[in-house]
Amino acid sequence: MSTLLRETASQTAGPYVHIGLAPQAAGFDIFENNFGSVLVTPATRGERIRIEGVVYDGSGTPVRDVLVEIWQANAEGRYNHPGDRQPGKSIDPSFRGWGRAASDFETGLYAFETIKPGSVTGRNGRPMAPHVNFWIVARGINLGLHTRMYFGDEPEANAKDPVLNLIEWQVRRQTLVAKREQRGSDTVYRFDIRLQGENETVFFDA
Amino acid sequence: MPRAPQPGDEFVMRDPASHPPAFAPAYKTSVLRSPRNALISLQQSLSEVTAPVFRADELGPLDNDLIRNYAKGGLPVGERIVVHGCVRDQFGRPVRNALVEVWQANASGRYRHKKDQYVGALDPNFGGCGRMLTDEDGCYAFRTIKPGPYPWRNRVNDWRPSHIHYAISGDGWTQRLITQMYFEGDPLIATCPIVQTIPSEEQVRGLIALQDPGAFVQLDSRAYRFDIVLRGQRATLFENAIQGETQ
Repeated sequence: MSTLLRETASQTAGPYVHIGLAPQAAGFDIFENNFGSVLVTPATRGERIRIEGVVYDGSGTPVRDVLVEIWQANAEGRYNHPGDRQPGKSIDPSFRGWGRAASDFETGLYAFETIKPGSVTGRNGRPMAPHVNFWIVARGINLGLHTRMYFGDEPEANAKDPVLNLIEWQVRRQTLVAKREQRGSDTVYRFDIRLQGENETVFFDA
Repeated sequence: MPRAPQPGDEFVMRDPASHPPAFAPAYKTSVLRSPRNALISLQQSLSEVTAPVFRADELGPLDNDLIRNYAKGGLPVGERIVVHGCVRDQFGRPVRNALVEVWQANASGRYRHKKDQYVGALDPNFGGCGRMLTDEDGCYAFRTIKPGPYPWRNRVNDWRPSHIHYAISGDGWTQRLITQMYFEGDPLIATCPIVQTIPSEEQVRGLIALQDPGAFVQLDSRAYRFDIVLRGQRATLFENAIQGETQ
């Protein structure tokens, strides 16, 4: 008999997840302070980027009721959390590094305004390539899905990344790499997520 | 006695048998939204063992009072209840300062959501969402109206039991959990295709809040207790490889 308690069972976020986590997307205003998809203020240090994409189901149809959260390090590669004790990297007080976005009910597009994170040291001192952690919940998803977005303009760092290298199938690693595009003066990374089927995104259990 | 875990320590491996499988065909929407490949298992790094930290001043004074936080000059209709409980990890330690977010239908089983088409009436005084941080003992409480059951499109006569949705953010990104709380005695629990995605009766029981007479508010509200267990955080017994200090 294990002395560990069992983790509470997960249940789907359901179709109305927006009421709780993004009430303005559900169509009403209730909280004074809303958690949202803009992670930066004018004081935040680092290169401004936009991350956007669509989550597709196994038929290739956009999932238009999905809720996506991201968690990332700051421009120096440090998480704003007391557990991060990497030497020589400081916290940016104007960057928590967390955001959430509901996809558009018509197009399925989600988007975040953030900064490009620096490299975080991984286990045993091996640097990880810059990446953004994703958590995806929706109706029909029984346990929130974890994945990572890497940056297409970091081929050398990506080639050495200890997590990407864990993925046995080279072709599947590409599902985690976002393409950089320039849109006027804005830098946009496009990160589409495929829940199932051809080019199914790699999801993690960590 | 091993030392207590510090922020940045790792979390025990998740037991898949505690959760519904991704592909659970009786819950039809899961069919096309479930990955077919195995999850890739990772040893945790700082990316998994850290998480956003929330402050009390980010929340409003009525955020955990669903009876009053959307009231427009009147009170919402329905049974007044208090829901409370504690958030612990798998070692039984309190998870302090966890963000607990809840949402639900009103007493008619109708959600305040532009995509909800159910004929049940909206209540002008009820929004249906709230949020709070756990206290020093890992505990939380909120006040609300008992949600009603409602029909949904799965099979043509499937009904959801009364339930409250929960999203919990604890000490590590890998602890993030979303779930639903049900009410003791509800006959719809046994036939709900979403509840039944859970592969174990014991785990289903863990989602059913018991009526808690000790917490009733006299001449005002009944109470239900719902405790939550997040993944356990453990002290690293030898070197800590997560921060990269040792080989």
